[in-house]
Amino acid sequence: MKRTVTVTVLNQSGVLNRITGLFTKRQFNIESITVGPTETEGISKMTVIVHVEDERVAEQVLKQLNKQVDVLKVTDITDQAVVSRELALIKVLTTPQTRAEINVIIEPFRATIIDVARDSVTIQVVGNFEKIEAMIELLRPYGIKELSRTGQTALTRGSQKQVTDLKQYSILK
Amino acid sequence: MNAKVKTKAKPLTQAMSGADLFIEALKKEEVEVVFGYPGGAVLPLYDALYRNPIRHILARHEQAAIHAAEGYARVSGKPGVVIATSGPGATNLVTGITDAMMDSLPLVVFTGQVATGVIGTDAFQEADVIGITMPITKHNYQVRDLKEMPRIIREAFHIATTGRPGPVLIDIPKDIATTLGEDPAFVTEVNLPGYQPNTAPNVLQVKKLADAVAQAKKPLILAGAGVIHAHASEQLLSFAEEMNIPVVNTLLGLGSFPSDHPLFLGMGGMHGTYTANMAMYEADLLINIGARFDDRLTGNLQHFAPEATVAHIDIDPAEIGKNVDTHIPIVADAKEALEKLLETDLVAPDANEWRIQLKESQKEFPLWHSEEEEGISPQRLTKMIHDITNGEAIVTTDVGQHQMWTAQYYGFNRPNRWVTSGGLGTMGFGFPAAIGAQIAHPEDTVVAIAGDAGFQMTLQELGLVAELNLPVKIIIYNNQALGMVRQWQEAFYEERYSQSLIPCQPDFVKLAQAYGIKGYSVTTEEEAESVLNETLNSREPVLIDCRIKPKEKVCPMIAPGKGLHEMIGVKP
Ligand SMILES: Cc1ncc(C[n+]2csc(CCOP(=O)(O)OP(=O)(O)O)c2C)c(N)n1
Repeated sequence: MKRTVTVTVLNQSGVLNRITGLFTKRQFNIESITVGPTETEGISKMTVIVHVEDERVAEQVLKQLNKQVDVLKVTDITDQAVVSRELALIKVLTTPQTRAEINVIIEPFRATIIDVARDSVTIQVVGNFEKIEAMIELLRPYGIKELSRTGQTALTRGSQKQVTDLKQYSILK
Repeated sequence: MNAKVKTKAKPLTQAMSGADLFIEALKKEEVEVVFGYPGGAVLPLYDALYRNPIRHILARHEQAAIHAAEGYARVSGKPGVVIATSGPGATNLVTGITDAMMDSLPLVVFTGQVATGVIGTDAFQEADVIGITMPITKHNYQVRDLKEMPRIIREAFHIATTGRPGPVLIDIPKDIATTLGEDPAFVTEVNLPGYQPNTAPNVLQVKKLADAVAQAKKPLILAGAGVIHAHASEQLLSFAEEMNIPVVNTLLGLGSFPSDHPLFLGMGGMHGTYTANMAMYEADLLINIGARFDDRLTGNLQHFAPEATVAHIDIDPAEIGKNVDTHIPIVADAKEALEKLLETDLVAPDANEWRIQLKESQKEFPLWHSEEEEGISPQRLTKMIHDITNGEAIVTTDVGQHQMWTAQYYGFNRPNRWVTSGGLGTMGFGFPAAIGAQIAHPEDTVVAIAGDAGFQMTLQELGLVAELNLPVKIIIYNNQALGMVRQWQEAFYEERYSQSLIPCQPDFVKLAQAYGIKGYSVTTEEEAESVLNETLNSREPVLIDCRIKPKEKVCPMIAPGKGLHEMIGVKP
């Protein structure tokens, strides 16, 4: 099963190494990890997407992270109302004929073309995991030359009432 | 030696070097002794030590220094302090740090580092000690700024000794040790928002445990080293006696409950007693106090305590539910939890039948060994050592058959007298650990029981024993083999003794003599008894090479992958 865990850490040197080292030592499988500063100076937040076998391992992930001296807070937000976003840069092969088609495909995703070359375009898209997956699948037939994704970062919603994440990326509009 | 340098070479201002600061901080922590070995990167620290009276024990190898610090910490309850130089000095500590991490021993380890300006350039004797020790320490630090040193040292001692104890490492670049700084403000308070170990039990869970006790028909206590760390032996005894509940110990928990007590069932696990293991198998309530359900204890988890409601008291929340599903989790210091439990309205369980069943099992399946008269029986030898020391000695072991025989037959009745490497199973541990234990308790009889192979991993410390005239008693259970390996090859590899028989052994007696230590070699139990009688209570070091029956096995056993109820070698 897949869990989304946020980890608030003191921004000490080596702290990222500590966390990833822990995942290696305990054989927890990371799908993605993002890190960045928070609203408080000296404190960073990581968002880790981790694959675990069962509840027991999921609990171990939280407990082992909590044991780290530099870790201030660990939360499994998988079952909470969250907003989660990821940014992807996708370089797609183009020909004069396909360029227009690609434009049509990416538009509903609110993606933008940020670089154009003779035989390719680079597209930037921001969204949750599923949205990005969906767009990549649509672009795949054209030939993806390069792909770079940041991994997801997430916040719990201000109001925990389940407001569904508006699915703004239907190609039917 | 230090007397003539009384006037400190301090400049006129109040400036102090990093090294002076280090010494001041150790004094503030009331460190009485440090174990270490000098080298280039720690020369400034050693220079400061030269001018300051903190006792330093010069081991002959860094691995031995840290094992000695572990032995010291194990029997004294105080943190063991270690110093080693950068690069090879630091990497020689890796086994000891891991050992301390596995067995929850409080250590503060200082390593030298190359100067800050050249870190990362593969400088002479540079090693990425922070990276290397990250997964084997409770926490580690590199001092990047002199101003940070007092805070870091205070935090390190705090982290090492509180919550679940463990090793903390501080890496000090050479230039930091020589830099002069303002007289710093020494901190006494620690401010670690990410480190707040909980010691007080949740009252509702304690109540739940009390209810479970009242309901149980087949209750059992499993007591581990957490009881010893928490100084909770007395409370354990009261609880067990008041509720009339039988007790099993883990390997590292031996001594937390008197072995001669009628409620004691012995050690559980791979080489535990049949009754201890069957009790865990059949119990309907298993109360784990300060043990971590290690695989050598549980055997195949599928067959571990299948009938039991499991209660687990542990200071480390991550241990609860890690290996065994737990119904009553109590995150707390063992002593506080037991005290709270004893204050509750406890109702003793109706477990008379259970106790009778266990007593009968103990009668029918006692620990047994070959009664053959010829040669020295290691089990009888261990009982002999017990008798001659009145069961009062501090006993350390190395790892292997002799370790299991000592655990089975010495009979520990008090906590903090038993020193062994449990989690990591480190050969070479026992002898230097005995040195550390003797330094902590100079008046007590300290016996180091070792295998002939493991002793050769750290035997250079004979030099240290001789130098300090430490009355450590080294007893080698000499079976001319890597005995435990040989036993497994006999049992599981059709007697293919691949690399487990040592064709060339030193003359251990002469070896001892080379260091100026009395040595004896004994080949019969009569000889052994007379030499042990003569030497065990003496005030000088001695080495006794005991030629034990080379083929003796450790029985009974749970084979790897098997369950608690599948013990073999239960009867002659
Ligand atoms: C450092 C290390 N290397 C290897 C082992 C594996 N090992 C466990 S017991 C053992 C044999 C020990 O032989 P000896 O010290 O003579 O003790 P005995 O079992 O004969 O009592 C070995 C090699 C270990 N535990 N530690």
